[in-house]
Amino acid sequence: MAKLIGKRITRNEDPRLLTGQALFVDDVELPGMLHAAFLRSEYAHAKLKGVDVSAALERPGVIAAFTAEDMGDAWSPGPPLVIPPPTIEDVEFYTRTQVPLVKDKIRHAGEPLAIVIAESRYIAEDALDDIVVDLEPLDVVADIERALDPDSPLVHDDLESNLAAHLVQEKGDYAAAREQADKVIRRRIVIERGIAGAMENRGIVASWDNKQQQLTVWDTTQSPIPIRNGLASMFGLSEHQVRVIAPFVGGGFGPKIMMFYPEEVLLTWSTLRMGKPIKWIEDRRENFYATTQERGQVHDVELALTNDGRILGLSDDFLHDTGAYDPYGLTIPLNTQCHALGPYDIPSYSSDLKVIFTNMTLTTPVRGAGRPQGVFVIERMLDIAAKELGIDRAEIRKRNYLPKDVFPYDNLIIDQAFSSFVIDSGDYLPAMEKALEMIEYEKFTQEEQPKLREEGRRVGIGVVSFIETTGVGPYEGARVTIESSGKVSTATGVGTQGQGHFTVFAQIVAEQLGVDVRDVHLVTGDTAQFHWGTGTFASRGAVVAANAVNAAASIVRGKVLELASELLETPEEELELEDGVVRVADIPTKSMSLGELAQRANPLRGAVEPGTEPGLEATAYFGPKYGATAFGTHAMIVEVDLETMMVEIKRYIVVEDCGTVLNPLIVDGQLHGGVALGIGNSFYEKLVFDENGQLLNASFADYLIPTAAEIPRIEIAHQVTPSPLNPLGSKGVGEAGAIPVPALFAQAVENALGVDGLEILESPLSPQRLFELLHGEETEA
Amino acid sequence: MSKEMDVTVTVNGEVFQRTIEPRLLLSDFIRHELNLSGTHVGCEQGVCGACTILFDGLPTRSCLMFAVQADGHEIRTVEDLGTMEDLHPLQEAFQEAHALQCGFCTPGFLMSILPVLEGTTDLSEEDVQRAMEGNLCRCTGYQHIEDAVRLAAEKMSSGSES
Amino acid sequence: MKPAPFEYVVPTTMEEALGHLAEHGYDAKVLAGGQSLIPMMNFRLAQPSLLVDLNKLAELSFIRSEEDGELRIGAMTRHHHVEHDALVAEHAPLIHEAMPKIGTPQIRSRGTFGGSIAHADPAAELTTICVALDGRFRCQSASGERWVPASEFFLGMFTSALEPEEMLVEIAIPPLAPRTGWALEEAARRAHDFALVGVGAVVTLDEQNLCERARLVFLSVGDGPVEAGKAAEMLIGKEVSSELIRATAEAVTEELDPSADIHASVEYRLHLARVLAKRALERAFARASAPGTQAA
Repeated sequence: MAKLIGKRITRNEDPRLLTGQALFVDDVELPGMLHAAFLRSEYAHAKLKGVDVSAALERPGVIAAFTAEDMGDAWSPGPPLVIPPPTIEDVEFYTRTQVPLVKDKIRHAGEPLAIVIAESRYIAEDALDDIVVDLEPLDVVADIERALDPDSPLVHDDLESNLAAHLVQEKGDYAAAREQADKVIRRRIVIERGIAGAMENRGIVASWDNKQQQLTVWDTTQSPIPIRNGLASMFGLSEHQVRVIAPFVGGGFGPKIMMFYPEEVLLTWSTLRMGKPIKWIEDRRENFYATTQERGQVHDVELALTNDGRILGLSDDFLHDTGAYDPYGLTIPLNTQCHALGPYDIPSYSSDLKVIFTNMTLTTPVRGAGRPQGVFVIERMLDIAAKELGIDRAEIRKRNYLPKDVFPYDNLIIDQAFSSFVIDSGDYLPAMEKALEMIEYEKFTQEEQPKLREEGRRVGIGVVSFIETTGVGPYEGARVTIESSGKVSTATGVGTQGQGHFTVFAQIVAEQLGVDVRDVHLVTGDTAQFHWGTGTFASRGAVVAANAVNAAASIVRGKVLELASELLETPEEELELEDGVVRVADIPTKSMSLGELAQRANPLRGAVEPGTEPGLEATAYFGPKYGATAFGTHAMIVEVDLETMMVEIKRYIVVEDCGTVLNPLIVDGQLHGGVALGIGNSFYEKLVFDENGQLLNASFADYLIPTAAEIPRIEIAHQVTPSPLNPLGSKGVGEAGAIPVPALFAQAVENALGVDGLEILESPLSPQRLFELLHGEETEA
Repeated sequence: MSKEMDVTVTVNGEVFQRTIEPRLLLSDFIRHELNLSGTHVGCEQGVCGACTILFDGLPTRSCLMFAVQADGHEIRTVEDLGTMEDLHPLQEAFQEAHALQCGFCTPGFLMSILPVLEGTTDLSEEDVQRAMEGNLCRCTGYQHIEDAVRLAAEKMSSGSES
Repeated sequence: MKPAPFEYVVPTTMEEALGHLAEHGYDAKVLAGGQSLIPMMNFRLAQPSLLVDLNKLAELSFIRSEEDGELRIGAMTRHHHVEHDALVAEHAPLIHEAMPKIGTPQIRSRGTFGGSIAHADPAAELTTICVALDGRFRCQSASGERWVPASEFFLGMFTSALEPEEMLVEIAIPPLAPRTGWALEEAARRAHDFALVGVGAVVTLDEQNLCERARLVFLSVGDGPVEAGKAAEMLIGKEVSSELIRATAEAVTEELDPSADIHASVEYRLHLARVLAKRALERAFARASAPGTQAA
């Protein structure tokens, strides 16, 4: 039936991107445009006594320089993005948000102290050296475990401690489960920070046109609509005076969704004050400090099981590092709490979460957004249980999967959207079986591995299962319009950072209206074109925005049929839409082109009936009841060179179930990219902070993003369990590739090493770390 | 302040004359002086490869050169390969193989791969990875890019070059 | 990150270039390929007041061999050309083996052979290899020139024997003796990263198949190329066996003094040094005894 949905259609947006004709923020050039640079703190924690910009103002080519003092009443800490609603009981939460420029106290290295605006970025950077800063360094909170010591320095002096939040989630009765269990396993798991590392750094061009009383902001944001609304509100403008455009964005992965980054506030405030367009492009060194990051957590976990590997209960006390501020609330650690349950039937659960302030860059979701940590915890514990109980790793998972007849399944805890964590659908066993089949699990473990071991080679296999909550609300919207040319235009509020929206959404419209995919023109991320919605995050584009597009296109289809039926004097059931025309089935000569219909629907004379609308256009919204949960199983074979500690991934299998697949080409691409990031998180990428909160590897030379040589070819199989939550049956897939990789890597490497008592309870690994684990030394690298 | 200098450089076959500061990076010159914004800047430290152009025929990081150094030399940027209506076989291959997602790193990859394919279309798997060694991508996981290179080699060896 | 302002000259003759260095001394910084210098300038870690751009000195870019097979490479010869040159492959196969490991293709398009050597990065391959091959360097100034053996050229981290008014102009690599084998082994986190540890081995067998000469030179284990001379001596005059190679490899750590960084501890580096030394010696000796192994 479906002609376009589910097809491997190449992308509409590619010719533009391939020929260098796509607009990214740094490509925006406006007459009279000035350039900004930020002076950033070298210290992670210090009292700021004064910032003197007078020498910078003397420098030729410098137009302005501002500090927090200059902002006057316009200075205030940002609004929080997400806070727990009052309906959630027993959550302790202290909102502390980032500031536009530091006023009294520096709380992380890289916090902005002043902005300089000059004729060129070169001169602006020269002027940064002219600025004199008077500060008094303070002791640094750089370790989340010591942050709660009674004598720890305080990141926020008005709080009693560095505790940012405390939330306990429980179901069943863990204490009882523990009593009944045949086996109780307890471990400590440590996960460290990494960056999103999009190839394009952040950037903003803000332009206040005083004559038109119009503010236009180009921003690499993933959420242009909330930014527009927030800026309008912040600066006393009407929303229709503010246009925020997220043009082509070179990778989002999470950190480009924030309200507000200091730079967004400063650029807007500055252009309003100066009446000139101003551009700020983040450089790569800034990106390591000034753009958000995540993953840092410490878990004390306990798993209680029967002798045949059935989980009776899971208990997890963990600390989550939020950095210097917590505007994003509990999103990441709530995801961790939910995903630690995995696709498993866990009758009793107790998760005690403490969020900790530290003197480091703030954390907000990075592809995976707390899910990888939850998956790491449960999958590692299952592996250890399997070993101790003498059960095969794949088998122990199979014994614990939720069966396919329990859905929708309520996990009885709350998720990141503060609603009950309900899994809409799932079918976990076949995904595991498929992965085992593809990687030839039995053959490898029974025959190949023992043979290789005898030859002295350390080759290991891993298999892990995971779930991924996706497609959360609140909603997205779309407008579809058939133009008099017969082409179709579509607008939606989400932005695009490479996910192929220009094609996937066009496929949906083209399917409904019977036009060529290439004839559907899509606009995303421009608040002047569409201004209701939230943004791209949490793997929701293919669910929420796609369903809104589908709904709008469907309404337009209805209008087309109604009008055509009237004009062609034929009942609607006998009409079909194909090749850009409406025709009577079996009488192809009796037809009208969509363009003609559109013209007829928008008369230049005559009257439009009351209660009807001109044209063939519709706007629709989609808000899911709750998020759809995707799932899958990954498997991997890896070889460790025991002499050099280097690893080589021999095979990598992905079995993914994201419901209805809208475009397999694009879904495969998302999975490849996610796995690559996951491999980075597993063995190459780690932000290394010293005890003074200084980042030791703030550059691509020392923060190692994988190249082509590090990423294996990935074999993908799809399973389709449609979501009952939306008409398309789709689930998100943007983060799926990344989520299980660190858990898989740890399992496979541990299996490869095959050393009794050597357990991998941390992420990321590195050759150095493998050396330490094998040679029993804890050296200060 | 340093004296400005004259520079004459041929870019995509066209000769440009400008007067610039010695410290102006070639990447900034190409993007903002000549308005050829297809070449992108990702790191300014010579690692990501997004700024790769052909300098006298060799793939070169434009963020690691001063524009004045291009005086008397020839540069090719991604704009020289094809147009939206008439893509180069390498660009076609990228689209067919879904070798780009956000597209930011793409021009850099194209300019690194092009000279290799113009030299030979008979590439081993190692050759393909070697050609891409100096370019980072965060979106694709590289697999489709490798597929695109092989596909482009096929297209170009059958003589369908533009 | 944009560089700080600087004065800039681009001489078109050696006389001009050397004149600038003579006049400005420490204030002048020579710009060759720029692949190491410009990133540091972009980070503003390096802020030279005067750049002397050597890229118009065409006379410094050449590769030729002398009659006896000695290889001569001009300091401004791009890595790319050294990588693809037939003379280099023939007369200095160890260099030929090393070239693809240096940086990435883009780095090699622009980076220069002499620039890499003069930069004296302890993690560089070419500095180590030149020591292992008994290379020598011609250093020129306005007042004359001198040849410095590679073993005396590297004085410390990023410090060479070049005086402020001097410039490296030519590198000479002597021909390999008959029955000489070579190998470069490295361990790096990503395929083309700076090596955590690397070692170049050059060995020669005599007519009786005993080891006549052996050089083992390491990179990334000290302030510059570090030669494990005492360990190498264990091989001299002996018949080569896998036990001997293993014992030699074990012994190298006595002479190495690596430091720790975020990627590798001292212990791990020493461990790698032993592993790589063994692999390098195995490959080098295999080459030395292969039929038809001969020098120029």
